[in-house]
Order: sequence, then structure tokens, then C-alpha cells
Amino acid sequence: MFKRLWYNSRARSVMMQVLIACLFFGTLAWLVWNAHYNLTQRGIATGFGYLSDAARFPISESLLAYRPTDSYARAFAVGLMNTLYISVLVIVASTVLGFLLALARRSRHPLVNGIATFYLEITRNTPLVVQLLFWYSLVTINLPSPRQALNPLPGVFLSIRGLFFPSVQIEGDWPAVVWVMLAALLVWVGLRPLRRRRPTLPLGRVFFVGTLLACVLAWQWGDVMLTSHSPQLRGLNFVGGTALTPEFTALLLGLTLYSAAFSGEIIRGGIEAVAQGQWEAAQSLGLRPWTTLRCVVVPQSLRVIVPPMTSQYLSIVKNTTLALAVGYPDLSFVITTTINQTGQAIEGLAILMGVYLCISLSVSLFMNLYNRRILRTERR
Amino acid sequence: MTTISISPDVPARSAPIDRRDSAMHRLFGTVVSSVATVVALGLGLYALSRFADWSLINAVWPGEPGAMCRRATGACWAFLGEKLNQILFGIYPPAQQWRPALVCAFILFMVVLSLSPRQWRLRTVVLWLVGMAGSLALMQGGWFGLERVPTASWGGLPVTLLLAVCALGIGMPLGVLLALARRGSLPVARFIATCVIELIRGLPLISLLFMASIVLPIMLPAGMTIDSLLRAGIALTIFSAAYLAEVIRGGLQSLPAGQLEASRALGLSWWQMTRLVVLPQAMRKVIAPLTNTAIVMIKNTSLVLIVGLFDLLSSGRAALTDPAWPTPYVETYFFIAGIYFCICFGLSRYSMWLERRFKKGELR
Repeated sequence: MFKRLWYNSRARSVMMQVLIACLFFGTLAWLVWNAHYNLTQRGIATGFGYLSDAARFPISESLLAYRPTDSYARAFAVGLMNTLYISVLVIVASTVLGFLLALARRSRHPLVNGIATFYLEITRNTPLVVQLLFWYSLVTINLPSPRQALNPLPGVFLSIRGLFFPSVQIEGDWPAVVWVMLAALLVWVGLRPLRRRRPTLPLGRVFFVGTLLACVLAWQWGDVMLTSHSPQLRGLNFVGGTALTPEFTALLLGLTLYSAAFSGEIIRGGIEAVAQGQWEAAQSLGLRPWTTLRCVVVPQSLRVIVPPMTSQYLSIVKNTTLALAVGYPDLSFVITTTINQTGQAIEGLAILMGVYLCISLSVSLFMNLYNRRILRTERR
Repeated sequence: MTTISISPDVPARSAPIDRRDSAMHRLFGTVVSSVATVVALGLGLYALSRFADWSLINAVWPGEPGAMCRRATGACWAFLGEKLNQILFGIYPPAQQWRPALVCAFILFMVVLSLSPRQWRLRTVVLWLVGMAGSLALMQGGWFGLERVPTASWGGLPVTLLLAVCALGIGMPLGVLLALARRGSLPVARFIATCVIELIRGLPLISLLFMASIVLPIMLPAGMTIDSLLRAGIALTIFSAAYLAEVIRGGLQSLPAGQLEASRALGLSWWQMTRLVVLPQAMRKVIAPLTNTAIVMIKNTSLVLIVGLFDLLSSGRAALTDPAWPTPYVETYFFIAGIYFCICFGLSRYSMWLERRFKKGELR
């Protein structure tokens, strides 16, 4: 009986699966039960009730308005906004830099190629945390105090307190200009069938000039004024203007330089995956190298680039948690501060993990949709 | 009768020389490349001279007193000379520092030894296991009159190496298991493996490290504690297992189905098939991505800084807090980055060599 069961492959697979499930879920249940028991023993209240309490800690920089009297939930939102803000900036900057890097690595010019390779090997083979701390120490320690701030351009000051530059404020009826631009965009999208049918019409140029004219007119009628506010030294720090804190500068610089190396190699791989014949064919059609790259090679290489680039963008978002090392108040920074203050470790980490899982899943979804669109274009 | 006349040997015509291949043409062939040459040379020489000023000419060398660093405009290498032991071995008792030094030397020796494919056999694995157990025992002490050193006083390079070896050495078999489960025929195992892999890959490593350092102690029964170094090791291991599993899955997927059918037809059991047919071929295909993942994991060990463990980076930062010295952050980070660079760059070159070697084997 037992022998027959043992040598029956279906019975064996069922037994194996039951065993694996018991082991896995049993361990999980054991851990959760222990946690529950320990928490009730120590009298630690669990739950998310504390989110509405006042946070009582300052956040040095934020996109959303925030005061220490605001709730923890508000502080988390502020941290999340900061995370998303720096992620988007790094993604855009590192993609552009990575593209340039890919071109430099493909160049036959020995110096350009050598410098790009040197940069790549250095950034890819040292830990990101070390690089971030290196930039942070360079920004904070080797720069002068605000009184002796470096002044490379008029109105731009670089000191230990960060980078200050003039801010531009728009006054007057500026939404009118934005509406005009939005309308122009809608019209452009609406004209798409016509553009497809009659590609020889100089629609693009006419449209561009028209939009520019409409914007200028809206600008004039709305009395839009641009005024710039230069930073002024008051006491020990600068007032006015726009400021980038040392933390933000170090994080942006470090993450961008690090990620650009990885993005660059992905882009280079994509460009190299396009057959050499495509370059030659475009050349024989009389296209210039840049046009060839833009119209022939890049669209084809996107198919190869998009899947690894998705995971690269996701790892950038995850890498922003290293803001903890330099002290930029992103989500992980706010949450660890909260955990230290309230002791609600499980809830805080659950929020952190939940948010990152949501971001990961939604970015994968979005990039998969984009990927499908590119593939569809190719089939046509 | 016809005579066979042998025509004189004609030397093979060499390939025509492409004028565009010459170094001169690449550097100054067109206006654009000439501008690029001048700009790159100018910037490069400027950066190089500034760097040489800072690191060589104005530097304070080991042996000179720390006070000189405050006046000098160059690098303070004297600090590194003075604090070398503290950066490399953390707060391990100075008289006992031959022990972590021996452990580091052993691990590096074993890594170099295992690089050669000729050493990929059971004996090396056993040597690794025995050696690692011996290393841990030597670090811990408490036997044969060796002073007992708790893990809280371990630090520096040995901690980084131990964490990396643990994350990769235990993470690799775990990753193989996860990948096999995800590609396998058991629905429950596939579901669990997929969930675990996707969950962990969707999370930042820092959240896992916090989980291990803050939440894991709450999840254990009263009286049972796990050392904090071990907890970080567990988090790193699980993290690397998930990433390695995805890489290995890529290798498994690229295997032609005929290989599996052929081994079935030969009557191999599942285990024999996996061990003798599937894994050797699958792993060979993913050497480059596997090495990349390994490099990423070695770099990731530096994140334990954030949960307060003393790896190489944190002991470097701890050494900087000495009030008797100025704080040469840049020099210290250079030194630490240099150590990581040697390990990671060496590994990446090694993987290229290995790939070439296997490719040559296939052509033969």
C-alpha cells in the first residue's frame, strides 16, 4: 500500500506540495503568532491609530506644506512626495546622461571612449552608499561657509548650506498661457489622422509658428511678468531665491551618476542589438548619422531596451531609500524617525513595504503597457 | 607525359588598410573629432593635475603628525596610515587583530582558489564549509585560551567579507531551489516561489534589513534571540536568493526542451536530470548576469551601515570621529571605495574570462 503510494507520481507530487505548504505557511503562522503574543505581553498597542496624532518632528525640506504639528499621516505623505520627486528627477537625468554615455562608449574616438569606460568602471564597481557619502562629504565639508560662498555665476551661491540660485516668479494671468499650450496639444493630437494621411504637408512648421504666436498673444494680454528673486546673504544664511540643500544635492548627484552608468550600458546594448545593415541602409538612403540614430536605430532598439530599463527605473526608486545615509527626508527617513519616536515598528515597516510594492507593481504595469505599444508598432 | 609545374608561392594579400582606422584619423579626422580630442585632453589634463596636486604633491604622508593635516591643502594620507587597523578591523581588540586578519586572508585565498573551474568539485565545497566554520570560531574565540570576542565588537573588512560570503554562498543554493520551484510542475511550490521572489524584488533592501533588525526579534518566542550580525546576514541572504533565482530562471528557460526529453528517455530521475543535465547547462548560460548580481550583492553589504552594524564602511566612519584628527572624509571614502573596486572589478574581469573560456569550449 505504502509502496504503491510512494511510487505513484501523482500521490508523490500531492504529498510534496502538502509538505511544502505546511512548512511555509506553518513558519509564517508561527512568526505571526509569536509577534502577537510578544506584543500583547509587553502591552504594545498595535494598529494604525497613531497616524492621526501630531508628528512633532520637523522635516527639513518638502514639496507639500508641513509643520511639526501636522499628523504622522501628513508626514508620510510629505516623505512619499519627496521620494517620488527625487525618483522622477533621477530617472530623467540618468536616462539622458546614460544615452550620452552609450554614444560615448560606441564612439571610435579613443579618448572619448576611454573616459566613458573609466567613468563606467568606477561607478559600477563601488557601492552606491559610499558614493553618496563621498558626494555628501564633498558638498558639506569642502565648501566654504555662507559668508565666503563661491559665486560662480551672478546670483548663484555655492556654500556649505547648499546651492542657492535665483528663483523666477510668474505674475499676472499666466494660466491663460498654459491653457493655450494645452489647447495646442489637443489640436496636435486631433490632427493625427491628417498627418498620417498627408505626411508631406508642412503641418509641423505651421503648427509650431501658430502655437508660438498664440502663446505670445496670451502672454501680452494676460500681462504676464517674470520677476527673479536673487538670494541675499542675511546673517548666517541666504534668504530668497531657490535653494538646493546639501542633502538633496548629494542624493541627486550621487544617484544620477550611479544610475547613468547602468542605464548607459542598457542603452548601448539596445543600440548594438540593431543590425549593422540598418545603419548602412540608412546611410545609403542619404540620412545623416544623427537622423539615422533618431529615426531608424532608436525606435528599433527600444524593443530591447524597455524591459531591462523597467527594472532599472524600479531599482532607482528603491535606491532612493539610501537617502537615509545622507539625511534627505524621503519616505524611509520619515518612517524610521516615526518608528524611533512611537515604537510602532511593524506598522511603519508595513507602510514602507506596501508603498514600495505599489510603486513597483504600478511601474511594471505601465512599462508593460508601453512595451506592448512598441511591439505593436513593430508588427505593422 | 605532362610535367607538373609548381608555381611560386604568392604571399596572401593583406586586407586593405582602412585609413579611418588609424589613431591619427580617429583623433583628428573630422572637425568634430578634433574638437572632442582638444576638449577631452584639456579637461583630462586639468583634472589629472588637480588630482595629482591634491593626492600627491600637497598630501600629508603616513608618519607625519595629524596637526599637519589641518594646515595642508592636500590629502591626509597620514590619517589612513594611523587608522588603518581601525578601518579594517573595527573595534576588535587590537591585541587580537591577527584573528580577523587571518580570516580575511583565508576568505580571499579561498575566493582566488575557487576561481579556477578545475577546483569546482566537492572537495572545495567541503573546504569552504570547514573553513568558514573555523573562521567564525576563530573570530568568536573562547576556546584554547583565545579571548572571547562577542560579535558586537566585530567590524571592518571581515564583517563585509563574511556577510558577502554568507549572502552569496547560502543565497545561491536557495536561489537555485526557488528558480527550480518556479519553473517546476508543483503548483503550490510554484505559487510560493513566485510570491517570495516577486515580493522581495519589489522591496528595497533597507526595508528587509529593518525587518530583520527590528521586527524579527519580536517574531521569535521569548528567550530565543538571534545575533544582530546573523539577522543582517539572513536579510542579505534572502534578498540575494530572490535576485539570483531570477537570473537562474533565465538560464533554465533558455534550455531547449529536447534536453529534458532526452534525459527522461534515458531514464534519469528528476534529481539526476536536474543535477547532471539541467543545472550545468543553465548556469553556464548565465555567467555574466550571475556575476553582475554577485557584484551588486557585495556592494549591497555596505547597506548594513544603516541598521548600525560595523562593516568596512561604518568602521571607516567610526574612525573619523576621533577628535585628535581632522576629518578626512574624502580620503577615507576613497580608500574604502578602492577596496570594493578591487573586489568587484576583479570579479567582473573574471566573469569575462570565464565566458570566453566556455565559448571556446563550445566551438571545439
